[in-house]
Amino acid sequence: MIIYGVALLSLCTLTGIFIGEVLGALFGIPANVGGVGIAMLLLIFGGSYLSSKSALNPKTEQGIEFWNAIYIPIVVAMAAQQNVYGALSGGISAILAGVLAVTLSFIMVPVLTRLGQDKQAPDAAQSLTH
Amino acid sequence: MIMESLLKVLNSYGMISGFAVIGVTMWASYWISGKFTKGRLHGSAIAILIGLVLSYIGGVFTGGQKGIVDIPMFSGIGILGGAMLRDFAIIATGYGVKVEELKRAGVSGVLSLILGVFISFIAGAGVALAFGYTDAVSVTTIGAGAVTYIVGPVTGAAIGASSEVMALSITAGLVKAILVMVVTPFVAPLIGLNNPRSAVIFGGLMGTSSGVAGGLAATDPKLVPYGCLTAAFYTALGCLLGPSLLYLVTNAIL
Repeated sequence: MIIYGVALLSLCTLTGIFIGEVLGALFGIPANVGGVGIAMLLLIFGGSYLSSKSALNPKTEQGIEFWNAIYIPIVVAMAAQQNVYGALSGGISAILAGVLAVTLSFIMVPVLTRLGQDKQAPDAAQSLTH
Repeated sequence: MIMESLLKVLNSYGMISGFAVIGVTMWASYWISGKFTKGRLHGSAIAILIGLVLSYIGGVFTGGQKGIVDIPMFSGIGILGGAMLRDFAIIATGYGVKVEELKRAGVSGVLSLILGVFISFIAGAGVALAFGYTDAVSVTTIGAGAVTYIVGPVTGAAIGASSEVMALSITAGLVKAILVMVVTPFVAPLIGLNNPRSAVIFGGLMGTSSGVAGGLAATDPKLVPYGCLTAAFYTALGCLLGPSLLYLVTNAIL
């Protein structure tokens, strides 16, 4: 049934966000520590475990896939409620700070991607020989 | 009378109205994408741009902070794009992620997170210095704002920044989020953002959840879960480092 998939997704979401809240309280910071990421990992590993036991039939999967597919419209709705007006009228120093942060981060993407790959090649070769 | 009734329906069925408005926006965006750009500019990228423009219009008309949602007729979009459904849908994209791809990117993901927080902080702090802020509290708060618009005020509140500086730091974070949404699809080919590994690194470096979510959606929806997974830890890391390590280092240097 479709609701099984939706419920699985809900349980992963609630568990992940809950763990994130607890971690935040433990570290003493007013933020959720990776709740969404933890929930995703739960779904990724839980989902692949359940499908290896063939406990997920296509109907159940549809309950997750619907939300997966509705993701872009939700992001569009999210974009429509960003404080764009506030951002553009917030002062040139703040705009420059944001622009510079984004520019530097973009530049670092290929640098880090290459950096890791050089190290990983011998690693991969090693794991093959063992 | 007709107008009143219409408004009543749109308001009391807010989320449903949101589905309708966003659906029409999506349709128009994909039509524009196919007709005028021959699909080169993703329909979702156009839709996100339209969303941001609508939000700007909403801000101009209402003076509020929530874009189009501040116009009562469109308040339902707020439910649709709010944190709850956004997180739910982001998590759902994890279904279909390949575990091997994640393992391959694991270490560089963690590295990109730490580097990402530091790079954005240094950029923001540098601009603050260039604009004549010399006290460690203001410089740290503005730098933290360039990390994300949540890290900025959290840090500022913890170390006692002025409200003017707090506002600047929130703005810096907002500019970052919006810029990442808009620019990512154009920059993606230049920085090799076309595989799960680089998406994990991208998410860790940028970190702004909404920016990464929007930017990757506009680039290639298949990359979304990989970027969002690392980005999910970024704000928390920033909140952890901002008022502690980053403030102490800034204070020692100034």
